[in-house]
Amino acid sequence: MGAKVSTETTRPMSFLLVQALSGLATAATLFLVSSGLTIVFGVTRIVNFAHGSFYMVGAYAGWSLIERFGGSPAGFWGSVAAAALAMGALGAAMEIGLLRRLYRSPELFQLLGTFGVVLVVQDLTAWTWGPEDLLGRRAPGLKGSIDILDQPFPLYDLVLIGLGPLVLGLLWLLFNRTRWGTLVRAATQDREMTSALGVDPARLFTGVLFLGCALAGLGGALQVPREAVTLQMDMAIVVEAFVVVVVGGMGSLTGAFLASLLIGQLQAFGILVFPQITLVLVFLFMAVVLVLRPHGLLGRADEVPPTAPATVTVPLSAGRHAGTWALALLAILAAAPLVAGDYALILLTEVVILALFAASLHLLIGLGGLVSFGHAAWFGLGAYGSALLVKHLGAPMPLALAGAPVLAGLGALVAGWFCVRRSGLYFAMLTLAFAQIAWSITFQWYAVTGGDNGILGVWPPAWAAGKATYYWLTLALCGGTLWLLRRAAFAPFGYALRAGRDSGLRAESVGIDTRRFQWMAFVLAGTAAGLAGGLYAFAKGSVFPTLLAVPQSVDALVMVLMGGIQTVAGPLAGAVVFHLLESEVMSLTDWWRLVLGLIIVALVLVFPRGIVGFLSGIGRRA
Amino acid sequence: MSELVVRDLQRSFGGVQAVGGVSFTLRSGDLLALIGPNGAGKSTCFNLLNGQLKPDSGSVRLDGTELVGLPPRRIWALGVGRTFQITATFASMTVAENVQMVLLSRARRLFGLWRPAAAQFREPALALLERVGMATQADRPCGVLAYGDVKRVELAMALASAPTVLLMDEPTAGMAPAERLALMALTAELVRERGLAVLFTEHDMDVVFGHATRVLVLDRGRLIAEGSPDQVRADPRVQSVYLGGEA
Repeated sequence: MGAKVSTETTRPMSFLLVQALSGLATAATLFLVSSGLTIVFGVTRIVNFAHGSFYMVGAYAGWSLIERFGGSPAGFWGSVAAAALAMGALGAAMEIGLLRRLYRSPELFQLLGTFGVVLVVQDLTAWTWGPEDLLGRRAPGLKGSIDILDQPFPLYDLVLIGLGPLVLGLLWLLFNRTRWGTLVRAATQDREMTSALGVDPARLFTGVLFLGCALAGLGGALQVPREAVTLQMDMAIVVEAFVVVVVGGMGSLTGAFLASLLIGQLQAFGILVFPQITLVLVFLFMAVVLVLRPHGLLGRADEVPPTAPATVTVPLSAGRHAGTWALALLAILAAAPLVAGDYALILLTEVVILALFAASLHLLIGLGGLVSFGHAAWFGLGAYGSALLVKHLGAPMPLALAGAPVLAGLGALVAGWFCVRRSGLYFAMLTLAFAQIAWSITFQWYAVTGGDNGILGVWPPAWAAGKATYYWLTLALCGGTLWLLRRAAFAPFGYALRAGRDSGLRAESVGIDTRRFQWMAFVLAGTAAGLAGGLYAFAKGSVFPTLLAVPQSVDALVMVLMGGIQTVAGPLAGAVVFHLLESEVMSLTDWWRLVLGLIIVALVLVFPRGIVGFLSGIGRRA
Repeated sequence: MSELVVRDLQRSFGGVQAVGGVSFTLRSGDLLALIGPNGAGKSTCFNLLNGQLKPDSGSVRLDGTELVGLPPRRIWALGVGRTFQITATFASMTVAENVQMVLLSRARRLFGLWRPAAAQFREPALALLERVGMATQADRPCGVLAYGDVKRVELAMALASAPTVLLMDEPTAGMAPAERLALMALTAELVRERGLAVLFTEHDMDVVFGHATRVLVLDRGRLIAEGSPDQVRADPRVQSVYLGGEA
């Protein structure tokens, strides 16, 4: 007994040490990637969603080069460096081709535009390297491991641990000891001043993108000996890098380093204590930091001005004879089953559901100026709410459908309390964080949610199983909710929400508690999206974690953007066009991400006012 | 009769004292001008009074109620209205809707989810706009108005809550001279008619000495003179501050 105790007291010590070291190795990679993200943000004020794509392509390019040249240490490290430089060049190209046109756009456009790049890069990468995961060779000379208190620890990870502080030091020298670095710091603090100093800001920005993306590529290429290179690397890392940058303070290098260390340890030890919810831990940590220290650990309030939503001078319009048009549309939709076949009815059912989903997001963006990047959380929570009620409690459909908006609304009530405390980009990041929390619960809590396999067999009962019946049910519920949302938009509530967006200062000084209205709108939007999600679950017969994932949130944003933000009918038109594109055009090709990505980029660059806004603009000029 | 009693108000920014020990009393019927050179602390003073900034020390009492520490919307609810130096209106709404928002807020009807806002309190909003001469533009979006017109909308919005105290930060900035005098004449009329207590800042000395009942002079965060327009005009310290002589 005594001998056993002694081994148990020594083993945990060495085990904990190794665990801490592997946390440091994770932190090093995290820092490489997020330092690039935070440098780019500091200067351009753009949160580059595509940053993770440079990490991923850096890993793929590194893999190819290492396969070819990586037999010797010189070849290996040369390959890593070449991959990093290649990503720098790609980043510079993106700055010239896309970002340059987005510097003065609202943050919604910047996030969406760079997300378009994410999609394009995903398909191009799959096209170049194939869909299979790739395993790279180990680093020559660093293949073994050393024993630390009798626990083996990979040598290569030890090198990585040293690399983090080394890069931090080099970056510090670059920014504090070179003219270029000084200019970059000046531009970070005051963009206008830099052009006054006689520096071409365009070239400076291109250089910054080169540096930032090269760092991402470096981080990616260094992963080749550690883990498989996959097509999922981009989103996984960029979301973590967001967390690091936000926790550290946006634009702060030392903050990013500190946050990387903390999150690396949180992950290393979180997996011991709560193996099911490591991802939840990371995002909760971020939410708590943001509430306690609104500008991150080392961010300063004055360095990052709160990004104001674009000034809106166009009044929200209902359009002429809106009521008549709505009734006519409803009549046509209600009559559709008389002529449409089953396939068309399934399509229409989905369109109607997505219209409600998009309209609920529009309530936040169009009225409150609150750009949510995680609206899929509520759609997905609704869907899972229904599915879980059916699966685990055997609830009948009406009860399950009623449960959907309730669960989503409760989720939005809790998340909203945190999110509305911040505005602009921080709001977008917080909503993204909460969506990722919800997503990781569905993904990791296997026993209840079935994880990746989802929940199957969520079908309507016999009385509603007919395609036409279920379509009518959907139309009635979504139509009714849309009508309620529209009433709310033109009621004092919707006006108060707009008042807070137009001028927070004035709103507060005439007695409007802006934050409370934003919270209420958040809950309302979440509840409506939850209902849409519940209906979607029964329409599809199954739910999967993808319903809560980032691409689903982006779909909603694209629908709202396609329709145009300043029109009430916009989200509806956006949902129709988007879903038809998705099911009729994109399903014809395996490269739908490429197509969707290009559509998003085009939308952001060419139609900033959306389709309805664009058409009504033409109508006004004619 | 309302009384706003300000005692020893102080506020520093990073070691620089912006407002240092300001005390004065504002009563119903007063049209009190707060003047001083640029950077004297006038706007800071306003922001301290309506709760946008918290003072480091000092007190602001409205009829005995301490206002320091309350958020702007609570201070507003107690009867302190405000207009801003840089105009702040709801740009995506029409002129009438801007005023209606204040009326809805005062009636605590903002949480309504059903009845259209545009149909509520429209008549009283139009009456207020009539008063400031903006009734003909009631249905234009506020975002497209000329600067001087926005200032008048702001006045209508401030009046909509039937305040007892009105804080006006440069109410006539950006207006043509004739417009300025008209707006101040209107304000003076409101003070007499409603027993308002008005504190305003102003750069145009014609406006100040033509309309103010009393004048406060602020220099580097401190009050250096207080009195009737004639007394203040004759004060050598005020002359030195404005004319740049030896203090």
